[in-house]
Amino acid sequence: MSGGLALTELRLSHFRSHRAAQVMLDGRPVAIHGPNGAGKTNLLEAVSLLSPGRGLRRAAAEDLARLPEALGWRIAATLRAGARHHEIELRAEPGQSRTVRIDDKAAPQLALGRLARILWLVPSMDRLWTEAAEGRRRFLDRLALSFEPAHGEAVLGYEKAMRERNRLLRDQQRDPAWYRALEGQMARSGALIERRRRDALERIGRAQEGAATQFPVALLSMSQEDLGEEGLGVLLERERGRDMAAGRSLRGPHRADLVAIYGSKDMPAAQSSTGEQKALLISLILANARALRADLGAAPILLLDEVAAHLDARRRAALYDEICALGSQAWMTGTEPDLFEGLGARGQHVTMDADGGMRQEG
Amino acid sequence: MSDAATDIDDLIALMARLPGLGPRSARRAVLHLVKKRSILMKPLAEQMGRVAATARECTLCGNISGTELCAICASEARANGELCVVEDVSDLWAMERSGIFKGRYHVLGGTLSALDAVGPDELRIPRLVARLAPEGVREVILALGATVDGQTTAHYIAEQIEPHGIELTSLAQGVPIGGELDYLDDGTITAALNARRAF
Repeated sequence: MSGGLALTELRLSHFRSHRAAQVMLDGRPVAIHGPNGAGKTNLLEAVSLLSPGRGLRRAAAEDLARLPEALGWRIAATLRAGARHHEIELRAEPGQSRTVRIDDKAAPQLALGRLARILWLVPSMDRLWTEAAEGRRRFLDRLALSFEPAHGEAVLGYEKAMRERNRLLRDQQRDPAWYRALEGQMARSGALIERRRRDALERIGRAQEGAATQFPVALLSMSQEDLGEEGLGVLLERERGRDMAAGRSLRGPHRADLVAIYGSKDMPAAQSSTGEQKALLISLILANARALRADLGAAPILLLDEVAAHLDARRRAALYDEICALGSQAWMTGTEPDLFEGLGARGQHVTMDADGGMRQEG
Repeated sequence: MSDAATDIDDLIALMARLPGLGPRSARRAVLHLVKKRSILMKPLAEQMGRVAATARECTLCGNISGTELCAICASEARANGELCVVEDVSDLWAMERSGIFKGRYHVLGGTLSALDAVGPDELRIPRLVARLAPEGVREVILALGATVDGQTTAHYIAEQIEPHGIELTSLAQGVPIGGELDYLDDGTITAALNARRAF
């Protein structure tokens, strides 16, 4: 097996529907099948929590505990990164926030980003191109974060300064020095955010050029131009009056949108068919993974929830071929085992029962 | 009549409210005190009573003191023209432990935070500006945290001090003494590299 980035063991305790679960892995793609409600997505969610943030469902710590016990929960994983193995443990006691330990030492959540690169595609993202811009911004920031773990700190810094500024605006505070101090922070973090988002789009673009893929090329761009630190500072100061009338910051990187064009048809993604929109998303995730492999020498872990059901047999086979060529440990879920026939022995197969029981094959 | 067991429970509950102590460590501390009633608990209680009666904020810098002016502000030797601005008394104590700083302090009592309704007036910033001329301050050293709130406060203060033509500096950010590069985050390494100096 390849020595790339992969989980070699995952243990769950009182996490979502799982009282106790354990999967032993060898780095091959993981195909999980079972009926609705068996807890397949919960497994993927547990893996997603090994990267910074609130995971693929954006859930609060208290929502992750198994009910009705609500005893708190624990995720323990062994992550192989090249020749090294890291022990990662996440847990939350009832009523408390989650804690992270890496190799038996307490660590901040952001430290996970430097260790594990994890990308995901979930059914709720099917509406990404037609829903409000916030979802696309979040998707874009996850792309940027995958290339640059420090992107998360810039986003947090920007949002914190903006929340402070918004409070001043709502309170009709008129101390210009206080505004300038906050706007300076927003401009510094905002310029970093703009640059890393743009950089991520360029890398994705390069990874799509000439790639051997059966999935359509998505041409990505930003809805607004980069202003840089100085330009953002000027903009925020100039807009202060209007912002005060609105009670919030109306312009800045927090309002940017991601624009996607279905390459071969030269058509906005939002106007493409549902199937084409899904294919574009898969294409982007695969391009992101190829770009990361080029950067880091190892493909990221992919979490593809219910992805196989939406693809015809030809595209499904192409997806499995591309994942195997990437050398990525892709976790995929589906209701029927037939969906993963094309993967065969190239993957590890996990069967889940309606009562949460789990069986590993291969 | 108070019951001894209830009093001890109340004491444990009070101790558990101290920073760094939980119910378990509070129980251990109280048990230790009860076992050493005469040599530790009584002197501790008496000392706490005295401090509770006399402790107050220094009217000039905001340090905790037993007198109107703290020992640092009362000392002419510390009026060397350097004024170090810190967020909290614990930061002042940390600076004093190092023994390297010979000037005076100004304790803000926190950082600017609109969300927590902490504004310039709550932070003794006007009092800081008012001290500059009478005390002949030549340099203000901003020793604030490298957080969003800390840096917002630093920029705010810098703007207030700028018109006074006083030198403004801030503590360096970078590799801690005894630290290994491998364990530093990207932001700290960037700051350290930007602030590099001739060897």
